[in-house]
Amino acid sequence: MTFIRRACRIFRRARFLFCLPSCVLVFGCTRQEPPADLTIINRYEPESLDPAIIVAQADMRIVLALFEGLTRLEPVKARAVPGLAAVWDISPDGKTYTFHLRTNLVWSTSEPITSADVVYSWLRELDPQTASRYAGQLYYLKNAEAFNTGKITNALLVGVRALDKFTVRVELNHPTPFFLDICAMPLTCVVPRQTVEQYGDHWLNARPLPVSGAYELVAWRLNDKVRLKKNPRYWDAANTQSEIVDILPVGSPSTALNLYERGQVDIVWNKELIPPELLDVLLQRPDFHSFPSLATYFVRFNVTRKPFDDPRVRRALALAVDKERIVKKITRAGEIPTSHLVPPGTANYHSPDGLGYDPALARKLLAEAGYPGGKGFPHFEYLFNAAPGADVNQNIAIELQQMWRDELGIDMELRQVETQVFWGILSQIDYELASSDWIGDYNDANTFLGMFLTGDGNNETGWSNPRYDELVHAGNETTDLKQREKLFQQAETILIRDDLPIVPLYIYVGINYFDTNKIAGIWENMLDDHPLNYIRKIKN
Amino acid sequence: MYFVRRILFAIPLLLVISALAFLLVHLAPGGPFDGERQPASPEIERNLKAKYHLDEPIWKQYARYLGDLLHGDFGASLKYRNHSVNDIIAQGLPVSMTLGGLAFAFATVVGVPLGFFTAAWRGRWPDHLGSFFAVLAVCVPSFVVAPALILIFAMKLKWFPVALWETPWHMVLPSIALGSYFAGKVARIMREGMLTAAQSEFVTAARAKGLTETMLLLKHAFRIALLPVVSYSGPMLADLLTGSFIVENIFQIPGIGVFLVNSSLNRDYTVVVGLSLLYAMLLIALNLAVDFAYTWLDPRVKYE
Repeated sequence: MTFIRRACRIFRRARFLFCLPSCVLVFGCTRQEPPADLTIINRYEPESLDPAIIVAQADMRIVLALFEGLTRLEPVKARAVPGLAAVWDISPDGKTYTFHLRTNLVWSTSEPITSADVVYSWLRELDPQTASRYAGQLYYLKNAEAFNTGKITNALLVGVRALDKFTVRVELNHPTPFFLDICAMPLTCVVPRQTVEQYGDHWLNARPLPVSGAYELVAWRLNDKVRLKKNPRYWDAANTQSEIVDILPVGSPSTALNLYERGQVDIVWNKELIPPELLDVLLQRPDFHSFPSLATYFVRFNVTRKPFDDPRVRRALALAVDKERIVKKITRAGEIPTSHLVPPGTANYHSPDGLGYDPALARKLLAEAGYPGGKGFPHFEYLFNAAPGADVNQNIAIELQQMWRDELGIDMELRQVETQVFWGILSQIDYELASSDWIGDYNDANTFLGMFLTGDGNNETGWSNPRYDELVHAGNETTDLKQREKLFQQAETILIRDDLPIVPLYIYVGINYFDTNKIAGIWENMLDDHPLNYIRKIKN
Repeated sequence: MYFVRRILFAIPLLLVISALAFLLVHLAPGGPFDGERQPASPEIERNLKAKYHLDEPIWKQYARYLGDLLHGDFGASLKYRNHSVNDIIAQGLPVSMTLGGLAFAFATVVGVPLGFFTAAWRGRWPDHLGSFFAVLAVCVPSFVVAPALILIFAMKLKWFPVALWETPWHMVLPSIALGSYFAGKVARIMREGMLTAAQSEFVTAARAKGLTETMLLLKHAFRIALLPVVSYSGPMLADLLTGSFIVENIFQIPGIGVFLVNSSLNRDYTVVVGLSLLYAMLLIALNLAVDFAYTWLDPRVKYE
């Protein structure tokens, strides 16, 4: 009997084996859902959608679609404009803000939103039980720090209260020119009191979830998607462009690129989702948009450990780094080499120049410090973590090691650790040199300079300079923006030219990909902030 | 009786596994709340730790965890703070099991006939061709098969979607990517089993009685040859469940594989211990099922 005939006969008898996969498919998960108007890849699964506890930018993008604060950021330049508050008055000394809410505000479940909700949300953010890691951004309020650290328990003493149903009075410790930007951040967004009190930690599982923003939460499936639907009761619902928006967490850069190429997603807005091998090729395409962002990559010194307690040593190391080479050879996305910390384009501020590239001067300084030609320089380690998706941190570490060996004759060892361990070591200041970066929280120089005040949790270098502290505090006390800029420039000069607890390397570049012929309503701004309600697919 | 004993033995085993997982993940350096943004004051850090009882001694935390476990509560995730471990399992496990089930189906539906035919036509062209493909499937890992399948069938031919998990069309490529290695293994094992069974005495006797070759192979040898495949199914299902992480990552499938890996990196203690227990329970149950199938297939096997 031929092979084919026998095969057929055998298959006929073994039919049941083929029923198995069909049954599994039939009973398997198939979803009948209408397609979304807009699908966006957001890279990370949100850790939470509670405005009071989130820290990651990916989470903030979704939260700002669900909830709103007194102000919101406009999509073009990400400046603060009226949100739940229609207008506000600022006292001449800059310390008292009176916000007037819109009178027609309602939750998506139709209860009215009043000033009591605003006060509740802000106090919840500051409540020590909430344990919010961003509560420090509200320390500009009177007594907020004392309340958050448990020194006082009377919430009425905190500088935010409801004067009447639609008026919120805020009292600050000193004039804070960027305060309106803080009022647009998720930590100040208004949350539904009834739901939070009823469900406690699981309030986000309530359906329907009352929201104060442009979109309602339809579904939140872990590692699958977050589906948002237009909130018709939002005060600006008339301008919400898309009806249903899907937000996907995708971990692998090649998967994200494939999904985009096949048209299964419309926008990918995280530069970790570009396969690094294809970076040069992809950046040539018109649908890959790169833009300078409000973030800096730098190296931290532990100034409490010898020999890095000597500013001459730190300056020597800084002068021997060829930042152009790092940007051209390793990162290659058009990053801007920088000698200062605050990115160019930051509102109301121009950074002073720091140290350039001068190996000869570097060698001279090192000799002055007692290590001519690098002789006798103790062994030290450079700490870094594995950057997800790309080996940027490692490659930069290797390059720095090479530069310092060639120019200064000193030997550096590389130490790579897991990300969680890295943050732990950094916060305990248990390193010699460490790779670092910082993404600004709001468009003002203070978000960068404030980090290096004495005792600030994000300082993590052990550096303390009373003159620097004085200048930064003075800058924050004045309402005169020009005067403020001068004071900040003097402070930054100490940071990046004189004392140098850090070596700034380059300004980050953000990269998003979407086709401008198909998608409208996204503008590239420094904060990489793109309110969802403006984005739409262009229909022809 | 034997199976009841096996089930009872599983309980202390799971206890030991939970204790080990708990201890190991707590011993690792770094904590779940270490992050880039330092909170403005150490009180916040303390409050956070106190909220999840991380400031208590380890034995106390473990006792508390066991207490919750007895109520069926695996605890709240420390990283995904609005979800409990039960949520994560409830959402992710059905998906991973569907993927594993489909891959298993692919592996058996392709592997068993392939093994059968290569054994039945041993030494001739079906054997050479079939064995070549089987060995190829075993040697090429899933993270090579998956992108290759995506490139050909999703990007170029556009027959299937590139990724995600929505309709039955989405399930085809991931199942093949995950199951291909096992299909190759099953084919090889089936072939060996068939060749051994074909030599055995009862097959020789049946042939002497005048049974046709087809009936012989299918009715007699096949059932016995299936035994090694069945006993391989136990570790195979285990591998399918754990190895799904790579395929889930490439196809962005919302299973629990990604949680198993990322939870240790995130030091998400509750998820690590919860998922370790879950996998242990699944493996124990699956191995028990395999042993049961064994007795059904081979009447010579008896358990006391």
